[in-house]
Amino acid sequence: MSLLEGLGNGLIEALIALLMLGVNLLPESFSAAFEYRFMQRALLTAVLVGAICGLLSSFVVLKRWSLLGDAISHAVLPGVAIAYLLGWPFFIGAFITGALTSLGIGAIERHTRIKPDAAMGLMFTAAFALGIVIISKIASSTHLMHILFGNVLGVQTSALLLTLMAGLVTLLAVWLAYRPLLLYTFDPQQAQALGFNVGLIHYGLIMLLTLTIVASLETVGIILVVAMLITPGATAHLLTDRFKPMLAISVLVGIASAVAGLLLSFHFDVASGGAIVLVATALFCLTLFAAPRHGLVVRLWQRARLSR
Amino acid sequence: MTDAPALEARRLFAAYHREPVLSDISLTLAAGQWTAIVGPNGAGKSSLLKVVLGTLRPLRGELRVLGASASQQRRAGKIAYMPQHEQVEWDFPVSVRETVMTGRYGLMRRDPWWQRVVPQRWANSLHRDAVDEALDAVDMREHAARPIGELSGGQKKRVMLARALAQQAEILLLDEPLAGVDPPSERLILRMLERERRAGRSIVMVTHDLPSARQHADQVALINHVLVGIGAPDEMLSDAMLAQLAVGGSPKGGLCVAA
Repeated sequence: MSLLEGLGNGLIEALIALLMLGVNLLPESFSAAFEYRFMQRALLTAVLVGAICGLLSSFVVLKRWSLLGDAISHAVLPGVAIAYLLGWPFFIGAFITGALTSLGIGAIERHTRIKPDAAMGLMFTAAFALGIVIISKIASSTHLMHILFGNVLGVQTSALLLTLMAGLVTLLAVWLAYRPLLLYTFDPQQAQALGFNVGLIHYGLIMLLTLTIVASLETVGIILVVAMLITPGATAHLLTDRFKPMLAISVLVGIASAVAGLLLSFHFDVASGGAIVLVATALFCLTLFAAPRHGLVVRLWQRARLSR
Repeated sequence: MTDAPALEARRLFAAYHREPVLSDISLTLAAGQWTAIVGPNGAGKSSLLKVVLGTLRPLRGELRVLGASASQQRRAGKIAYMPQHEQVEWDFPVSVRETVMTGRYGLMRRDPWWQRVVPQRWANSLHRDAVDEALDAVDMREHAARPIGELSGGQKKRVMLARALAQQAEILLLDEPLAGVDPPSERLILRMLERERRAGRSIVMVTHDLPSARQHADQVALINHVLVGIGAPDEMLSDAMLAQLAVGGSPKGGLCVAA
């Protein structure tokens, strides 16, 4: 265990050093904030969380899973609480309740006349309520606030390691299963016709989502993580008509929002999760107006030209 | 291999949420034939295709595809599928070439593992050649780099046909391949399907287009939840049979024809 820990710490130090090489090239006013140790760790966390959320947000947006992402992120709360009670790693508990909730949603959808959106709303609010009740009994309200809204400036080593691991797993999974994931997102019927195991792909993707959500817990928090799973992908969708560039753009938007939000949070002493999401939203609005092909300005201009 | 029928259903029942869509369907489609499936909207024509594709699980009954189970043949890449227009996410950020390439994804699983982690241009050129050929066949090579959302209705259909062709499967399942298509595209699609049949492939086409069914299909299956009839196009598309199809048919009579 101590060997693993040492290895993890070494990796974190190496990555921070690498990031600082880049930061030190930037102007003094920008890089000054990163002289603090806690800011360096926050920067690494922000980059990682921005990257994995961005990567998955393309799938979430194209698969119309926004509400499902929201559902899983809320459903994670009771798992975190129970894991805390039992002294387990957060991820285990979060994953169990996240997966149970998505199974429950599927079961209600299939076997009753309740529509999918109602099934999701029903299940995730119930899970969330359970989480709130447990946490109100066992933890201080500051602790609850940190889980709900994130606190990247005070990120723990264990959380940073988890984020790093989640990032590696997600990256590897998307790289190795790129074709099944693309096909399942684009045309699940074709995936089935070609004999792919669509159940495995479906739950694999849900598992990656859960992993990402748990990894982002300390940075943006449960309530706002879904924004990072929607906004970068939506922004990228407006900017390109190709899949791989869309993945790349949404990763960049995720990283840029996380880093800029972190800086805003540091300079103005505001909540990091909120700041990160607001930056992402600002980037989306900018794109909505100014995107070269799908932006509002271009569309209005084209319409005006056509009607003339 | 060629002796086994392309599709053999025995007493097939299927339902969506307790709403029955297919009831007691028994039919045998010989390999190498072009079959048109005709019936009213919501009569279970697409559902029959979905049972073959594995997206709809039958409640009862048996289905054999080329002498083996459907799931075996899907994994073997023997079944290609061309979806209805509404089934496709046209906003999806893929180019025409990438879309057609997805037809090869099943076969790519047989490639050595390292090919899936390197860019496509270093991987097996077999797949690229098949895609180029399919794009040429439907006359879409010059549009290969365009996003699929930009295409016209007929071009979109041709791309989906190209995807099915690129797979080089034994059976082509087509859901309304001629709906909303301009006349030149329609002629092109029918010409390509003729070519595929001459190459020994089986074609199963759900359609509302009776003239083309009459002209091109070897046989027509009339389906309105039950099998109303199956036989030669002229016989099945007679006024009397079509009237019977509209009222839901007599399952007994239909089954006798099928047997």
